[in-house]
Amino acid sequence: MKPLRKHRLLAPGAALFAAALLTSCSSDAPPESPGASASESQDDKATEQSKFFEQAEYDRQIKLADVTPEGPADKPWVQMLEPEMRDTAEFKKKGGLAGTHLCFSNAGVFNPWRQVGLKNMQAEVKLHKEITKFTVLDAQGKDDKQISDIEELTGKGCDALIVSPNTTATLTPAVEAACTKVPVIVFDRGVQTDCPVTFINPIGGYGYGSVAADFLVEKVKPKGKILALRISPGVDVLENRWSAAKVAFDKSELDVVDIKFTEGDTAKTKSIVADAISRHGQIDGVWMDAGATSVAAIEAFEDAGVDVPPITGEDQQDFLKAWKDKKLTAIAPTYPTFQWRTPVIAALDILAGKQVPKEWKLPQPTVTEENLDDYLQEGMPPLHYAMCGCEDLPGFPKEWGGK
Amino acid sequence: MTPTALAPSVLKPEPARRRTKLTDPAVGVWLAAAVVIVLGWLIVTIDGGSFFARANLTTILSNCVALGLVAVGQSAVILTGSLDLSVAYLISLGTLVAAETMQDGSVVTGILAVLALSIAVGLANGLIVTGLKVNAFIATLGTAFILRGWIEDNYTGPAGQVPASFRHLGYDRIGPIPVSIFLLAAVAAAAWFITRRTRLGHHMYATGGDEHAARLSGVRTRRTVVIAHIICSLCVGAAALFLASRLGAGAPWAGTEARYDLESIAAVVLGGTALAGGRGGVAGTLGGVLILAVLDSVFNQLSVDPFFKNVVRGVVIIAAVALYARRGRRSA
Amino acid sequence: MTTATSTPVSYKRVVSALGTGIPVYALLVVLLVAIAVTDPSFYELDRFLAFVKRAAPLVILAAGQYLVIVSGEFDLSVGAIVTAGVVVAAELYGSFTDSHWLVISLALVLGGAIVGLANGLITTALRVPSFITTLGMMLILEGAVFYWTGGSPTGVLPEDFRALGRNSAFGWLPWAVLACLAVGAFAVWLMRRDFGRTLMATGDSERTAALSGVRVHRVRVLAFVLSGVAAALAAILVGGFSGVSAQAGRGLEFEAITAVVLGGVVLGGGRGSVVAAMAGAFSLQALFTLLNLQGVSGALESTVQGVIVIAAVGLGAANWSRIRRRSNSSGGTPS
Repeated sequence: MKPLRKHRLLAPGAALFAAALLTSCSSDAPPESPGASASESQDDKATEQSKFFEQAEYDRQIKLADVTPEGPADKPWVQMLEPEMRDTAEFKKKGGLAGTHLCFSNAGVFNPWRQVGLKNMQAEVKLHKEITKFTVLDAQGKDDKQISDIEELTGKGCDALIVSPNTTATLTPAVEAACTKVPVIVFDRGVQTDCPVTFINPIGGYGYGSVAADFLVEKVKPKGKILALRISPGVDVLENRWSAAKVAFDKSELDVVDIKFTEGDTAKTKSIVADAISRHGQIDGVWMDAGATSVAAIEAFEDAGVDVPPITGEDQQDFLKAWKDKKLTAIAPTYPTFQWRTPVIAALDILAGKQVPKEWKLPQPTVTEENLDDYLQEGMPPLHYAMCGCEDLPGFPKEWGGK
Repeated sequence: MTPTALAPSVLKPEPARRRTKLTDPAVGVWLAAAVVIVLGWLIVTIDGGSFFARANLTTILSNCVALGLVAVGQSAVILTGSLDLSVAYLISLGTLVAAETMQDGSVVTGILAVLALSIAVGLANGLIVTGLKVNAFIATLGTAFILRGWIEDNYTGPAGQVPASFRHLGYDRIGPIPVSIFLLAAVAAAAWFITRRTRLGHHMYATGGDEHAARLSGVRTRRTVVIAHIICSLCVGAAALFLASRLGAGAPWAGTEARYDLESIAAVVLGGTALAGGRGGVAGTLGGVLILAVLDSVFNQLSVDPFFKNVVRGVVIIAAVALYARRGRRSA
Repeated sequence: MTTATSTPVSYKRVVSALGTGIPVYALLVVLLVAIAVTDPSFYELDRFLAFVKRAAPLVILAAGQYLVIVSGEFDLSVGAIVTAGVVVAAELYGSFTDSHWLVISLALVLGGAIVGLANGLITTALRVPSFITTLGMMLILEGAVFYWTGGSPTGVLPEDFRALGRNSAFGWLPWAVLACLAVGAFAVWLMRRDFGRTLMATGDSERTAALSGVRVHRVRVLAFVLSGVAAALAAILVGGFSGVSAQAGRGLEFEAITAVVLGGVVLGGGRGSVVAAMAGAFSLQALFTLLNLQGVSGALESTVQGVIVIAAVGLGAANWSRIRRRSNSSGGTPS
């Protein structure tokens, strides 16, 4: 009997539904400007090429590496490279900064880099008494959840919204929609729209990759065999690092014998390196697109009973310690975690109506033989990132797991 | 007891009788969902938030959609006594195919392409399970690996572009209700109708309850399992389409980062469907999905540490199933 | 299995045990030959032992997983136990810097046993399907460990703890290989004891086993405890081999189950041999090594893995039903 009753309900239901559609239909989709879809698809083509290599951006990053940043040298997180300032008077908070509600949509804390970063940001918030509420939503690495998070935050009365997008392309619509309601600050990965008030990031992947590759070109004899270890394909930042390294290696006389994906797994890294040593007889240099597994790679050489060749890593303590203890020939380009402090500062500047750069380019220091001792910090945990700029923050070093 | 003696009881559509009883797991699940909502509302209100704010309701509902679609599909295979671990990679591939096809062609061809892909994967899963007699766990894990290789070999990141017209599915709402919830409702209604009101559905319950007996009483169990897998993949395809409209592009990790494989199974079981098959249904699954979405929202409102969330989720899932087991034992 | 030829029943068991195992041994031989063709130096003692050492954690996990699967259950929490084990060991060393490695190792093993006990009790006493119990346990363990450490491990594993996974006895025989052999021998011994027989009977038919006096619950709980202990041992080896990592055990649960199933062990319980299960783990590791040596791109690796797993299990299923049909000619439908 029940289905029948359902059918009877269907007609009035449909009428109600149609009425509801007419009266209250609304969309959270970003406002569509005329011809937007055409220009968007062009944008997309451009980034598709950039996944492999984009000459102009490459040239820019290589040039930026030699630019002297503006701002105090002891506070790299407020420095800027070749800033192009913009007005923010339209975002000025009425009645002063007191009682500011800051919101942050985080892609997640799924790796130590992001964990250190989030601690930096939370500590930076504590420095500013005028921020009375700081709401963080964690998307746990899910694009779909981050879109909902951003929607939720725009309805929460935030004065400014900081976004660290999980994925560049897929978060663009959500950020565009948020821009119409609240000043948005994007950092780390970008979005494919210029609607955020400012986009904060360090020099970038090309700079990182070429610093590491140039080091090997200099230290390894010609015809030397290079092993390239990458985390995983498809991550834009990592793809850029590799494409810049490839440019350098192609120009040199080095022979890249293997390009392998480690998935950030230390055991897999050791296996890959051990196999590479036995397959190629010897390995004369190791290029890595991220530092998480560099200590595992070093151990694989030790376990195989051969000297560790010149190797690249990142500013994590375990690598720096191995570098010093074992007197390695090494270099550590960084993707500094101090960039997590900048969005809070930028947000307050924007709400105060101060000018900020349209694209806030931060310096991207490199750890070398000369300054290694400055960054090797006794008592900090092995996965801590040295370039955190967190030494002056409240709660250091305990909050970061140090002693 | 000979197997043929079991036959009549196997074929008789028990669900129709059980539906009205209070012991129906689905009723329990929805009651539990109601309790969770009330508790969530209380906690959030005490914390100083507003649970029934428009933005929050929209978030809860739209968070139900993707997981709900996958879980409805997963219910179909689990009812039939099978399992699908390939859903996460199928979602990823589905968003990529949708976005790429829509970029060059029309929305319709994009939808058709995704549905065709889903049918192909579902058919493959079903045939491997029934034809090669590979355990569903391994078979679908194998297809998951194959899809993963295909994705990683062909895509280096987000690809394609969804036209603005298609994004309405992901972003529009009527009052506080996202339109995508109607997609979920339609798919769930269709799945409910198939499982509860058609011969195929009765065969699915029979196959999941006791495959041997079902076969002896004339059910074409293999065909039923294959069709269940196709239904599941089609639901997953719908989830992929929804995610593509929401993300605006295809993403290789759209399905895997959210662990839709394990989450969907958790939601199904939370909804009172027996993992061994033969008992439960789509209605309960939706309740399970709602519970998970409400929990997520409450955690969000309270800014709970994401790692702690996992602990709570694990406890909730185990505790819920333990409760069902107790109830089941008492009423049996 | 030489003692088992006296009665027709045990003869059948031999046939069935070999029957389920044959494809995996064949697969292993094929893979090892293929590796030899690709790279003859693989069979130098050092490299071969290094291969076994690398396979050791998975082999141990497979042995533990076998016990659970043959009793008719699943253990999805082993990957999380490995991760938790490595992280907890590092944390313990962070707090008690000068602990003896044996103390920490015993603490881990005890922890693994407790997690296994919880899995077993929830599955048997509360009647929660093990798939759900261990899935929930996986979420709980991962969540709890990272909640405790704030997301990333803060300690370091000292050399003496790492020796077991990294160094060799007498300068040439890796400790991990010894551990692997010991676990294998123990598992074979265990399966020949009463425990093994009751475990098998429980997985085959819980009702029949219970009616014939087997304490079904206790047997299953014990299987889970042993699986937890195996996972803790694997954690010690993995932590030793590659050091602290927040993702030490990621995906290991599926690899272990795959390995067991490759070994012809039937999910749902009651059939299969533990040696074949461990051979399955070796096959899986050999497959990874071969793909790496062949220079197959990382992306296609998982595709090949998927195809081989399906093919091997499909082949096993086909073989199995044929042999069984032949061996009990009286009829009875293979399921």
